[in-house]
Amino acid sequence: MNVISNTGTVFAREIVPSLRNPLGLAFTMTQPLIFLLLFGPLLSGTPGVGEGSPWQWFVPGILVMLALFGTGGAGYLLLIEMASGSLERMLVTPLSRTAMMIGRNLKEVVTLLAQAVLIVVALLPFGFRLHPLGALTGLLILAVFGLGLGGLTFALAIAAKRREELFYGVQQVVLFPLLLLSGVLMPMDAAPSWLSVLSQANPVTYIVEAERALFAGDLFSEAVPYGVIAAAATAVVGLALGSRAMRRATL
Amino acid sequence: MIRTRGLTRHFRVKGETVEAVRGLDIDVQEGELVAFLGPNGAGKSTSLRMLTTLLPPTSGSATVAGCDVLADPAGTRRNIGYLGQGNGAGNHFRVRDEVVTQGRCYGLSRAESRKRADELLAVLDLESLAGRQAGTLSGGQRRRLDIAIGLVHRPRLLFLDEPSTGLDPHNRANLWKHILRLREEHGITIFMTTHYLDEADTMAERVMVIDHGRMIADDIPENLKANLAGDGVTVTTADEADAGRSAEIAGRMPSAREVTVDAMTMSLRAPRGNALLPDLLRSLDAAGVRVLTAEVRRPTLDDVFLALTGRSLREGEGDR
Ligand SMILES: Nc1ncnc2c1ncn2[C@@H]1O[C@H](COP(=O)(O)OP(=O)(O)OP(=O)(O)O)[C@@H](O)[C@H]1O
Ligand SMILES: [Mg+2]
Repeated sequence: MNVISNTGTVFAREIVPSLRNPLGLAFTMTQPLIFLLLFGPLLSGTPGVGEGSPWQWFVPGILVMLALFGTGGAGYLLLIEMASGSLERMLVTPLSRTAMMIGRNLKEVVTLLAQAVLIVVALLPFGFRLHPLGALTGLLILAVFGLGLGGLTFALAIAAKRREELFYGVQQVVLFPLLLLSGVLMPMDAAPSWLSVLSQANPVTYIVEAERALFAGDLFSEAVPYGVIAAAATAVVGLALGSRAMRRATL
Repeated sequence: MIRTRGLTRHFRVKGETVEAVRGLDIDVQEGELVAFLGPNGAGKSTSLRMLTTLLPPTSGSATVAGCDVLADPAGTRRNIGYLGQGNGAGNHFRVRDEVVTQGRCYGLSRAESRKRADELLAVLDLESLAGRQAGTLSGGQRRRLDIAIGLVHRPRLLFLDEPSTGLDPHNRANLWKHILRLREEHGITIFMTTHYLDEADTMAERVMVIDHGRMIADDIPENLKANLAGDGVTVTTADEADAGRSAEIAGRMPSAREVTVDAMTMSLRAPRGNALLPDLLRSLDAAGVRVLTAEVRRPTLDDVFLALTGRSLREGEGDR
């Protein structure tokens, strides 16, 4: 039994329902979509947002938000399967535990990328300008970041065991500050100094800035390598914690 | 096939220790069908979880299908099948997909998994539901799906945690037909928990009774019933005086135990009530006691449990 074919088995199991019901994609997108539609338009003319369409500034951040709330929340699926007994059933099979984590994670990342592409394409008629090479690199960084978030959320779900409120509590307490401090919603230029310091300690900030540079077509911006490092670090930590949790999972 | 020594599991709940399983010694030979019986919370599922590598024991050892569950969990998992107490199929997955996935989890090829899935869906009467989402099935249909999932890879040793709970009589009979056929054809070993006493009685060759995490009996059902419970013999008489005299006479018979009188009814227990009854009736007749009815009742496993613990197995079922 090798990890790669096991990963394929798990990925196939997870992705098939989404392929059969693509509208389900919208389900984990609601929060970012609401911000996009109801908050985005307020940004035109805000200092720090730059010239031209505010979408150019706002959309890359929304993609990161998609990762935080979509991929970062995917652990709830595992919670459901823990409560019902279907995770238990998989844990008794010889399936590699690492593959169980990675297969699920890959499905979340594919979902994330599909949602991101959907948003970008939907905004093209509204003045959002696409720089293909930058956008592709941006999506790649987003995917790597998503892998890490997936690992973290699965680790959290397993640690919470059946205490669902613990899972949701920790998730809210962690995700919202990460989001607000990353400057997704408002430029951090005018932030008081203590907030700037916090923002600079937040790895998500670097990813948001890299995405903004890349979606503006600025492939050689110095924000890009920082974003790559932040995403890679999240992936390493997330995958390590996620597969460790899955290997040790008992019910 | 299964051998445990001092298998023990504690849980910490709010600072208190729950001793779910206390020092179980289990020996099961290849090909046996063993029923694991006990009231709610006795520690049945916890024991099964330890034997199937889902839960590490607090102490003690277990060898399952030739592999040590702690040292070689992967080897153990390859050799066993497990049907948990919960629902094995995920709610938003389709019935057939879940069975196929399970085959893939055990390393069957895609084609082989599909073939097995279709066979099992047919056997378990699930063909018409193959395309439905598991979450939309009825309780009994889900249970049959769980069973299909558990059998995909033809395990040598099968653990079943209350396999027939929630099934109607027709499907219970069907399930048993299928399980017994598997045994005949492949000689698999089955270790199962159940609350249906009649099921344990008729299907299992051996019954283990567990209570408060301890094994309190382990034998073939006939021995348990004869040695621990015995037959119930009941005699009703024309008046209370006669009932009292019949109790005196019965009390002198060597094999009679637990002789009691309630109004005009005298009852007792004996290992072989059918042999005792004619003697008893002759003695009563000789003493001039007028007997109206006489009855021998075969014991059930519930009587065994009552004899062992002073409680009825059925009493606990209210808190499920
Ligand atoms: N994960 C857990 N955490 C804390 N306590 C547990 C856990 N699992 C089981 N227990 C406790 O261990 C005891 C044995 O539980 P177990 O599930 O093994 O019982 P059971 O014999 O299978 O009962 P039932 O017939 O209701 O299925 C119970 O008191 C239960 O509350
Ligand atoms: Mg149980």
